[in-house]
Amino acid sequence: MSDIPLVLPAFVCIPLVAAFLLPIFGSFGRKGRAAATALANLATISLLVMSIASINQFSVYNVGKWSIPLGINMVLDGLTGLFLITVNLVSSAAMLFSVRYMEQYTAKPKYLSLFMLMVAGMNGVVLTGDLFNLFVFLEIASIASYALVGFGCEDEQLEASFKYMVLGEVGSMFVLLAIGLVYGVTGALNMAYISKAVQNNSANVVLNFALALFIAGFGLKAALVPFHSWLPDAHSSAPAPISAMLSGVLIKVLGVYALVRTIFSIFGISSTVGNLLVVLGVVNMIAGAFLAIGQGDLKRLLAYSSISQVGYVFLGIGLGGTLLAAKTDSVWASLAILGGLFHLLNHAVSKSLLFLTSGSVEMSTGTRQLNQLGGLAEKLPLTRAACAIASASIVGIPPFGGFWSKLILVIAAIGAGVYWAAALIVAVSVCTLIMYLKVHRYVFLGELPESQRQIKENRGSMAVAMICLACLCVLIGLVFLVPSLRAEVLEPAAKVLSDGVRYADKIIEISKDMLVCAD
Amino acid sequence: MLYALCFLLFVIGLYCAVVKKNMVKIVVGLAVMEYAVNLFLIMLGYRTNGTAPIVDRTYYDFSTHQVTDVFLNSAVDPLPQALVLTSIVIGLGCLALMISICIRTYEKYGTFDITQIRKLKG
Repeated sequence: MSDIPLVLPAFVCIPLVAAFLLPIFGSFGRKGRAAATALANLATISLLVMSIASINQFSVYNVGKWSIPLGINMVLDGLTGLFLITVNLVSSAAMLFSVRYMEQYTAKPKYLSLFMLMVAGMNGVVLTGDLFNLFVFLEIASIASYALVGFGCEDEQLEASFKYMVLGEVGSMFVLLAIGLVYGVTGALNMAYISKAVQNNSANVVLNFALALFIAGFGLKAALVPFHSWLPDAHSSAPAPISAMLSGVLIKVLGVYALVRTIFSIFGISSTVGNLLVVLGVVNMIAGAFLAIGQGDLKRLLAYSSISQVGYVFLGIGLGGTLLAAKTDSVWASLAILGGLFHLLNHAVSKSLLFLTSGSVEMSTGTRQLNQLGGLAEKLPLTRAACAIASASIVGIPPFGGFWSKLILVIAAIGAGVYWAAALIVAVSVCTLIMYLKVHRYVFLGELPESQRQIKENRGSMAVAMICLACLCVLIGLVFLVPSLRAEVLEPAAKVLSDGVRYADKIIEISKDMLVCAD
Repeated sequence: MLYALCFLLFVIGLYCAVVKKNMVKIVVGLAVMEYAVNLFLIMLGYRTNGTAPIVDRTYYDFSTHQVTDVFLNSAVDPLPQALVLTSIVIGLGCLALMISICIRTYEKYGTFDITQIRKLKG
């Protein structure tokens, strides 16, 4: 407890400092660029180590020693720990992959700088305990991602970036308006104090309107189905490591984390909101899966599949929330939430690996249209193996990670008596299987086109990044199967959500203790 | 009443951003939305005939070491003003990026009409 609080700001400071240092290296020629790349990798890997060290810890840090409610605090609890690991794991792999992949673009130091800003923003979003501060970090991450989507400056990329930016900004404005409304009613910006005020005043119309705005705003960022139109464009136009970041973690941190934290820890879950989350999850699962099957572009297919998989996360968390609100089966409720969060971790790893393999295919062949590819199995054996493992994990084939999270979701749904949800989870998995069989059929099997006889496997950092993530896809099941790891990683995160608004008591109590210590 | 007008401004901005076909008009719509939210935040802290929230000697009671009731009842809330400063800076960053993307898109496509900028499908 004594040394951990000092580490919390470092999650934001390290990438932020790196982001502003890296462009300076760019002006020293080729050696400078190599140094910048090494430095960026060092930063992401040290963040990963720090986030592993901070798992299952609870600590609060007051920024600038101003105690709440006057100042801003940073909170590390179970949920934050899980998201920190997810973010920094995917960002390390994507950064390693970029070392080689981004050689085809100019202005690599600027890319590294934007990448670091995005990481800083996401770490900030999960750590902050202040609602307006959350908005600021959300904007840092979003603006960096708008710029990264349009990084190639080709026609499609600019178009996708503009589309993403318009919808993203509308979402941000909803969130800011909601924060204004909440401040107007409760007179607080700290999440714990807002939560206290909301509990005393739960039937307030303005607060319900603010909650609706939060759901719409964060829903836009998470690409929930009525607002999903930007996602396939943005995720398929970005450079491959950025697609991996966007699909793997950005929609989850800015969308799922922010929404879940607002609903569970601040407003408190009600059965209406829980049902809404279930409905959104179901619509996402079905729409995403069916839209994905029809795609002819590899990365667009993967992007639609992300929409479908985020639906699983919302289904699990929403189901848990509904049960919590009904106060009946808290065992099944926490199991459903645990399944949702575990699926989020699984999807982050396997989907970012899939996007990295798509980047490898695109770099070797120069295209990502499924009908122009084929027979790459012998030319790109490593990419093929990685893609097969990631697809197996996402579809849910044992013993890969995705199987366990879907199994938990099914068990929780059956245990809670929601049989249609269990059936739906299995049915959508079958659709997922079809779409990934299609990927393998068109990309890796069949006839090798004449123009691609000369292609070579991508070696070096790209291979290392893919192998690391592929190993994780296999081993991640252990996080659930080994009881001690489960108790360290998943259960604290699920407990934060099932505790709901008791979050506030904990934070306020700890802050009072800190105040006493300071005196 | 003022809040309703402010919300109307927000909705006008939203309408403009969603319905208009010209990229520059969409950007203007987003800017209007942002100003509406900023205005709303400012109005939250506003008081008619309020004073600046700075404690000087006249407002400080040295015997109890607390600010006087006169100050508490007349000062405007400084927090929304700080929030608005931050949100203006964020908005500026966004606007600059959006405008630069508009310019680059115009160079590529030769038009601002989003119905003609449709290379992405599906």
